[in-house]
Amino acid sequence: MKEVDIVVIGGGPAGLSAAVHAAKMGAGVLLLERSQALGGQLVKQTHKFFGSRQEFAGERGFDIAHTLMEQIAQQEKIEVWTNATALGYYPDGVLTVKRNENFRTFRPRKLIVATGASEKALAFPNNDLPGIYGAGAVQTLMNLYGVMPAKRVLMVGAGNIGVIVAYQLLQAGVEVAAVIEAAPRIGGYWVHASKIRRCGVPILTGHTIRQAHGTTQLTGVTVCRLDEKWTMIPGTDTLFEVDGLCLAVGLSPLTELLWQAGCKMNFVPELGGYVPWRNEYLQTTHKNVYVAGDVAGVEEASAAMVEGKLAGLAAAFALNHQTADFAADYRAAKQQLNALRSGPLSAKVCHGLCKVMLEEAM
Amino acid sequence: MRIENHPILAFADAATVEFTFNGQALSGREGEPIAAALHDAGVRVLRHSPRYHRPRGLFCAIGNCSSCLMTVNGVPNIRVCVEPLRAGMTVETQDGKGRLA
Repeated sequence: MKEVDIVVIGGGPAGLSAAVHAAKMGAGVLLLERSQALGGQLVKQTHKFFGSRQEFAGERGFDIAHTLMEQIAQQEKIEVWTNATALGYYPDGVLTVKRNENFRTFRPRKLIVATGASEKALAFPNNDLPGIYGAGAVQTLMNLYGVMPAKRVLMVGAGNIGVIVAYQLLQAGVEVAAVIEAAPRIGGYWVHASKIRRCGVPILTGHTIRQAHGTTQLTGVTVCRLDEKWTMIPGTDTLFEVDGLCLAVGLSPLTELLWQAGCKMNFVPELGGYVPWRNEYLQTTHKNVYVAGDVAGVEEASAAMVEGKLAGLAAAFALNHQTADFAADYRAAKQQLNALRSGPLSAKVCHGLCKVMLEEAM
Repeated sequence: MRIENHPILAFADAATVEFTFNGQALSGREGEPIAAALHDAGVRVLRHSPRYHRPRGLFCAIGNCSSCLMTVNGVPNIRVCVEPLRAGMTVETQDGKGRLA
């Protein structure tokens, strides 16, 4: 069994940032990533980010991922394990890991969980047919591997992911029949929504799926209108002949390890589901377990990177690692996070965070 | 189908490798997920569910959801969305839960 200062679980924006900043403080870090490569979902984001220069505004997601990976490579204090899945975290502080086909155990002094989130499904008849994908799956196929998911796609969800991926489908040469959204208005940034409207793709708000069609795979989708009480209006059915249906209906935090660790959890719909209680240092009710990114509440990658920084700094500080500019660095990151969450689209997230914020340090 | 022209992305060329899907000879790019090569060939039905034998395809593409379990080189329950394609692989549709030989 190996002793480590800090183990970071997850090599996405939050985990990469946590590892870099913990290592800069002088802590030894083991970064675990279950897939073959670091970068998480950033590597398939072809759009330019918003925010300020600190959050890489104006840069494309995959470029941001590469910048973070370079920072990781420069840190001698960080050991990176890819193809490594954290399996369990036990009351005696032991973390079990499967790397390739080997089983290993660690006793980290601090654990930073940055496992991200998984895509939500939607309930409707035939929702299991091949050709029905999560929006992220479509991004993976197109933007990482250069393969088209289908010829003609219907997108469900006009939040940021829905409108961004709809545009990416057009860029890949896939026809987008329409974007439908159950809510009465578009949830994503209008700059992204406007792009697809300019390309002639209708965005149908107040619409949902009645059912999907097909025997061996998807051949079409029947869509209908919703009234103000979100019930389906009879006689408003429209059939879309599509071979692809893309669900961008939200994400749900991947919290299994936190449950197992015994962290106190709360169901917060604004943050995507069950999320851990945490203090301002991103420390959970388990004093050795910190969180950052979507696992702590679904937000954008920009916020995940800043949360990663805060968790990395705080966990290293708790192990008595110190730098001269720690306090200033920490305060600046806090302000950066507050600024990111000051926009009107973040009101929901802020409301959710109030439901899981611990007043005092553990 | 492969994306031919992309306004932002350029896809690195990888070696083409041969594999079989239910006995049929197919090719793909070495190291890409098996599911990507199958999609390129138009194969989207990857398994049949245990109870109602319904067709299942790719859903999450990052190893979360287990929708894409197939039998690869005789081993069942392989998540083909994250399993790299290698030359000579035998890939088969999986029916039900799969059995270890």
